[in-house]
Amino acid sequence: MYAQMVNTGVSRVESREEMSPEARRFQERVDADIRIEPREWMPEAYRKTLIRQISQHAHSEIVGMLPEGNWITRAPNLERKAILLAKVQDEAGHGLYLYSAAETLGVSREELTRQLVTGEAKYSSIFNYPTLTWADIGVIGWLVDGAAIMNQIPLQRCSYGPYARAMIRVCKEESFHQRQGYASLMVLAKGSAEQKEMLQDALNRWWWPSLMMFGPPDAESVHSAQSARWKIKLFSNDELRQRFVDQTIPQAEYLGITLPDPDLRWNEERGHYDYGKIDWAEFQAVVAGNGPCNRQRMQSVNSAFYDGAWVREAAAAHATKTAERAAQSNAEQKRAS
Amino acid sequence: MKEWPLFEIFIRSSHGLAHRHVGSLHAADENMALQAARDVYTRRGEGTSMWVVRSSHIVASAPEDKELNFDAADTKPYRHPTFFDVPDEVGHM
Repeated sequence: MYAQMVNTGVSRVESREEMSPEARRFQERVDADIRIEPREWMPEAYRKTLIRQISQHAHSEIVGMLPEGNWITRAPNLERKAILLAKVQDEAGHGLYLYSAAETLGVSREELTRQLVTGEAKYSSIFNYPTLTWADIGVIGWLVDGAAIMNQIPLQRCSYGPYARAMIRVCKEESFHQRQGYASLMVLAKGSAEQKEMLQDALNRWWWPSLMMFGPPDAESVHSAQSARWKIKLFSNDELRQRFVDQTIPQAEYLGITLPDPDLRWNEERGHYDYGKIDWAEFQAVVAGNGPCNRQRMQSVNSAFYDGAWVREAAAAHATKTAERAAQSNAEQKRAS
Repeated sequence: MKEWPLFEIFIRSSHGLAHRHVGSLHAADENMALQAARDVYTRRGEGTSMWVVRSSHIVASAPEDKELNFDAADTKPYRHPTFFDVPDEVGHM
């Protein structure tokens, strides 16, 4: 997902008997669906895991602007350009909501930015793929934002108050992202042979990476079990992936395009669609930094940070100067009166 | 460079309700905080007025004082109108 394979730092999930009295009280509150707020007692591992998860989510929003930013100046008309600008601006906003939520856990924005710029922190694997044609922009809205929504809707009920509230705000806006993507694909689907071909090609390239967004199957993972216990992960990766597949197939059928998976078929017994094997080696390679665009993304993040330094310094200098002038004129007025 | 201070943002919606906390952001000063708040928190016509306050200026009650502060009200149900039975015959009150 936007946060993938988040490490909880625990080697196994503690039983209730092993917990300290504070930890037990904390777990009881979580079990009773009482939101945990910033200054309340929380296990150190919960705090650290949330910082990791929320900041990874935030970094994904920020890096996620890059593949789409590529098409702002190339959008086919002014309306599409305005819509894409608004969407990319939303992503920046989502990053900000999430950074703010992470900061309530005691980490500074400066530190979070440092982790992103140095490559110490991860962001979602999906943003390391290139946007080669205009159809990619529609497919990203439809599939990538669609997959993100699958994950973010349950997170509105997660145990940590500021994260849950950030998700509510994000989800309100995210639905626009998915619809604008699908709407632009409907135009292509009704268009010329070349447009249809472009749409199918984009789908062929984005389908599998979109499924990988949910992360590897987590049945065996201690981190997933711990995160579920803390209610910062509400459904397993495979559950969300299945929901996504089931929801997407009729939408693809409506567009008249073929999902690039020969094993895709309705399973009457399970009441779900079966789908083919995901290439987890590709996913691991992308996460390790060897996807098609990892280096380019990190370069863009770095040049935005370093080339923009003078703007941040100028704003800070201006703020200091205005504050000093205001203090001076206050002092003068006092002397005069 | 020193990190920009944190500001808390409050927006009043058009429905005449009071300003409500919507989130926070970093800015170099108050003016920049207002401009950024408009971009970050009112992209869809959410508000008609904004307040920005330096987070360091907010004084908050401590979570451990929750019982001390709020539990006293639990024993005073007579502060709610529903505590009192009014016969149907007297009509709306």
